[in-house]
Amino acid sequence: MSENLLEINDLVTEFPMRGWGKAPFRALQGINLQLAKGETLGLVGESGSGKTTLGRAVLGLAPVTEGSIIFEGRNLATMTRQQRRQMSDQLQVVFQDPYTSLNPAMSIEEILAEPLRVRGTSRADANTRIAQLLDRVQLPADSGQRLPREFSGGQRQRVAIARALALNPRLIVCDEPVSALDLSTQARILDLFLELQEDTGVAYLFISHDLEVVRHISHRVAVMYRGEIVECGDAAQVTKNPEHPYTRRLLMASPVPNPAEQKKRREERKALSL
Amino acid sequence: MSTISLTKASATMARRGTWHRLLHAPLALTALILLFLIVLATLAAPLLTPYDPNVGILADALATPGPNHWLGADSAGRDIFARLLFGGRVTLGAAALALTVATVVGVLTGLFAGFYGKWFDVFSEWTTSLVMALPTIMLLLAVRAAVGNILWISMVVLGLHLAPGFHRLTRTIVVGVRHELYVDAARVSGLSDVRIVLRHVLAAVRAPIIINAALTAVVAIGVQSGLEFLGLANTQIASWGTMLNEAMVNLYVAPALMLWPGIALGIVNVALILFGNGLRDALEDRPAAQGGKKRTTAAALAAAAAQDSEGERVSALVPDAVLRVEGLRIGYPSADGISTVVHGVDLAVRPGEVLGLVGESGSGKTQTAWSVLDLLPREAMILGGSITIDGQDRAKLPAGRRRALLGNTLAYIPQEPMSNLDPSFTVGQQLTLPLRHTMGMSRGEAKAKALALLERVGIADPERTFNSYPHQISGGMAQRVLIAGAVSCEPKVLVADEPTTALDVTVQAEVLDLLRSLQQERGMAILLVTHNFGVVADICDRVAVMQHGRIVETGDVAEIFAAPQHPYTRMLLGSLLHEREPRTRLVDSEQPLEASV
Repeated sequence: MSENLLEINDLVTEFPMRGWGKAPFRALQGINLQLAKGETLGLVGESGSGKTTLGRAVLGLAPVTEGSIIFEGRNLATMTRQQRRQMSDQLQVVFQDPYTSLNPAMSIEEILAEPLRVRGTSRADANTRIAQLLDRVQLPADSGQRLPREFSGGQRQRVAIARALALNPRLIVCDEPVSALDLSTQARILDLFLELQEDTGVAYLFISHDLEVVRHISHRVAVMYRGEIVECGDAAQVTKNPEHPYTRRLLMASPVPNPAEQKKRREERKALSL
Repeated sequence: MSTISLTKASATMARRGTWHRLLHAPLALTALILLFLIVLATLAAPLLTPYDPNVGILADALATPGPNHWLGADSAGRDIFARLLFGGRVTLGAAALALTVATVVGVLTGLFAGFYGKWFDVFSEWTTSLVMALPTIMLLLAVRAAVGNILWISMVVLGLHLAPGFHRLTRTIVVGVRHELYVDAARVSGLSDVRIVLRHVLAAVRAPIIINAALTAVVAIGVQSGLEFLGLANTQIASWGTMLNEAMVNLYVAPALMLWPGIALGIVNVALILFGNGLRDALEDRPAAQGGKKRTTAAALAAAAAQDSEGERVSALVPDAVLRVEGLRIGYPSADGISTVVHGVDLAVRPGEVLGLVGESGSGKTQTAWSVLDLLPREAMILGGSITIDGQDRAKLPAGRRRALLGNTLAYIPQEPMSNLDPSFTVGQQLTLPLRHTMGMSRGEAKAKALALLERVGIADPERTFNSYPHQISGGMAQRVLIAGAVSCEPKVLVADEPTTALDVTVQAEVLDLLRSLQQERGMAILLVTHNFGVVADICDRVAVMQHGRIVETGDVAEIFAAPQHPYTRMLLGSLLHEREPRTRLVDSEQPLEASV
């Protein structure tokens, strides 16, 4: 399986609990996942399912208790912090909340320059790259000097995407990147994600609680429930005709924006639960 | 080298905003200038006075202020003005030493404990508590007894004693910042811990530390002068505290001696406190969100007037409405007059009807709902229009009757269930209070009714939930409890503000089912604020679409979904993912980038 960009094998993550002698909380209980180059894998689940923890474990922000995370043939789980830092040009992130993911005291230019300068890019080159990035995410060219608070939620998310793109990564972990956005903004940001993937061949691990969003953006979808993956497969198949009862419950619970269809779904759901 | 300059540049950039605001606060600016002048005067003391502070001219003993001695002379004939200037060096210098020690030790340990936590955090917490438990003066007396009367040692010890204040402050802020997503993002960007602390953490800590430093300086000056006043310091060196000590001796002979060092201490302390307060105000006074949304009162009035003349009103269309909002306009005070956020909204909800109020953030839908509930923030202004609930114009009711409307006639289900339950009371206490208050039930009746309600809203073990505190139940359960509370006094109108947004979809489906069955059972009218068209399709009979504080379209749910008339409604429905071909463009690139989102 050398064409896999990311391979997660039997990943277990535990968080210590407060108090002496308490058993640790097992947030991920043996996760297996593969992600090919240029592919989008949607990760869907409800709150507490462990989907965010999985994304953070891949990014090195959550501990790996057991198992391995193989990225381009190298195990991220056994890397030192120093080695991890070197991976920043391969592996990036876009978080849910565009309000807290940008430092409010830094200008857009400083935010975008940060990953570039860390890699030793010269000031002039960084400025050129920032101009490219702003153009790439369709922000006005003069945005650089402004502070995050001068931008709307959608625009801030564009800044966060530009920061993730700065080093041309192979994989971006997107943790609920459109959940905090308005409907019309969500549509534009999803368009941007697709466009960027077409142009750069970047792969996405796309985490969301919204089946519709995941269906729209993903090639394949994995469904998480209580720290385990209960179903994984082709996006259309998993989100339209799921096999696992939990996925079916999730699908039936998502309201359809069509009164007649929703009425039908509601009755189906009631029949299912009876 | 280049990275260092970058860090510096970013720090000054970040600071500019605060400094800029600080310099526009007259009180803080005055205080800062005053402090600067005082420090300058003590440093330039030899240039300002010909006298030696420690050499007395006996002939001039207790001289009154005059051309020779501007402020007079003390009992040994030493010039007061010279002693004030030179003494300021000692007093302020000693305080600065204590402050520097306190800041450096406190901030460094605080940063480390906050950022890394673990054993160092525990260790430093114990040490801090221990140090804080020691009484300052006793500690300094002990040090004096052990190592002798050496000013700088006393001040270093005082600094160490004041360090816990800085440690705790820094640690608390750092713990908060450490979990910010931008710190995670910086980590993913490959920044080392040192850089993260320098660039992201210090910036957040800086201002509170400066404020704390200003206030701690007051304490340091007070303690240092106090020790000298008590005669516990080296009286050979001129300082404001020593001057006070001498003045005390001559209190009956020359009471004015007390005045000058007293004034000097007073001015410095007041200036420090004003500077601290000014900086705090400058930090809290965040500029209001900028944008093109603001309108002047005149423009808003004109716009509303234009809308008023637009022929038929909702009242004419819906004669039997239980909730009627007509021409509602809401504004907030802003830098350029009043910014209007709701421009003449008309709404009518019939008995037993569910009206969905949809729109994107900033459309004014929540403001409209809050005004119906009389829950608008204090600074909000209702600029016009009327709200009629169950045939009563609310504006014309006296305050008591207005309040009585809430509960009996009107009830509310909020978005965040957890923050709307008081954590210090049990669910049962919170449910029975309105029943006893509004419905006049006895304790027993109220409990029976509350248990029945909890069972009705689908809580498996009502007795246990009744006795639980809010943190012991899940978010979905909390929302059920709030729904039980909302319907407990049998309202005619229920206002629900995004009631399912904070819930998981499976819980959302259950809560919507519950709302629907309660509404049908009791014939309640519901005004449901939401941004989710799935929720609208599920539960609403009619929909009103809001944009920029105006209702752009109202109609039957089926009609709106099937044939939206207004371009904004069409755009919203066009943004839905349902039935769209996956992995294709959602927004037509020909379409103008509205508001450049």
